[in-house]
Amino acid sequence: MKSGLYSFLFAMWGLIIIGGGIMVVLLGPFSIQQYGDFHWIITSGIKVTIALILVVIWILILSKLKNYIFKKELKF
Amino acid sequence: MIELIIPAIISCILAFFVVYFSTPPLIKILVKKNYTVKDMNKKENIMVARPGGISIILAIVVSEIILYGFFQLNEILAIIITTTAAFLIGYVDDRKVMGGWFKPVTLAIAALPIIFLGAYDSNLTFPLFGDVQIPLLYLGLIIFMIPITGNTINSIDVLNGVASGFMVIASFTLSICLFILQNYEIAIVSLPLGFVSLAFYKYHKIPSKIFPGDSGALTFGAMYGVIAIIGGVEIIAAIALLPAVINSFLFLASVKRVVEHRQIKGKPVEHTDDFKLKATNDKTAPVTLVRLILAGGPLTEKQVGFVIFKLAIFSGILAIITAFMMGVSL
Repeated sequence: MKSGLYSFLFAMWGLIIIGGGIMVVLLGPFSIQQYGDFHWIITSGIKVTIALILVVIWILILSKLKNYIFKKELKF
Repeated sequence: MIELIIPAIISCILAFFVVYFSTPPLIKILVKKNYTVKDMNKKENIMVARPGGISIILAIVVSEIILYGFFQLNEILAIIITTTAAFLIGYVDDRKVMGGWFKPVTLAIAALPIIFLGAYDSNLTFPLFGDVQIPLLYLGLIIFMIPITGNTINSIDVLNGVASGFMVIASFTLSICLFILQNYEIAIVSLPLGFVSLAFYKYHKIPSKIFPGDSGALTFGAMYGVIAIIGGVEIIAAIALLPAVINSFLFLASVKRVVEHRQIKGKPVEHTDDFKLKATNDKTAPVTLVRLILAGGPLTEKQVGFVIFKLAIFSGILAIITAFMMGVSL
């Protein structure tokens, strides 16, 4: 049981590092310039949308991982 | 360097001893006024004083005001205002049962001084991959961060000494990481949180003489969240907090909605005849970290607490490794 918790912690850590990397690679260089003074708002809006999608994917992966690691314990 | 060491020592001593000396009289006052709650995990009918958040916020405000005298940083003002607001929100919840929306919404409002004081950098830094600039998204992150850290610490305040002991480990980890990243001023500003938690743990550890209450837990969590933002160590702070994050994640994944613990009918944990803690088979009860720990068999309250502390130390080590990884670029 306890090893399962440590594995889950380690997996979450790995997901944060990888998720962060994807965020930097995807969102970092992203920019729209053709909308004059409002380009930063549009760019930020798109970044927010991508970030939210990434968070949802992250939670789904984590949920699958939780069910896999704790499949015995979660039969409450 | 000496100009940093002296304020650090003074604020840490004050943070520790204000809690150390103010908590015993606070316990007496609370008991006299009958501000006590039953310790549910004891066989006997033991009543424990609550809330201890009063001595916690007193120590934080005193030590941070001293630091402000030395550094005059807006970041310190952000800590004082947001943490005090979180304490007041928790205190209202301690005195009066509020709806499930109350804490998240009001804590989000409590985060606004961080934005108004400009005490943040909108770059989000990740290990190995570097920064990402997210000006608008970062404002949202600030608004969400304080309710999340506040409620995350509040959600693990289920056993004697766990919330304060966990905060000792997580906050000192965060301070170490800030020193590793050479963010010395914010590292010093963060130190009082660890010392306040340490002094409070003396009275909160098993058998508890006082409970922090929502006011104490939200104060701990909000200050932790503010330090993460003003220090630019949001990712590291999240990693150091992972066992508590797991607890919230498991809870939300099982109940599938934002709800107060007291609104949940099913009991995740029950007592054996010798008053050890045991996971229930109740399918309507939420899955929590404690329930998962107890899935392997009954344990005493003290043993469960130590398992949580070991998990906190493990995630603290991961956080420190992450801090070192911040200096490495792929």
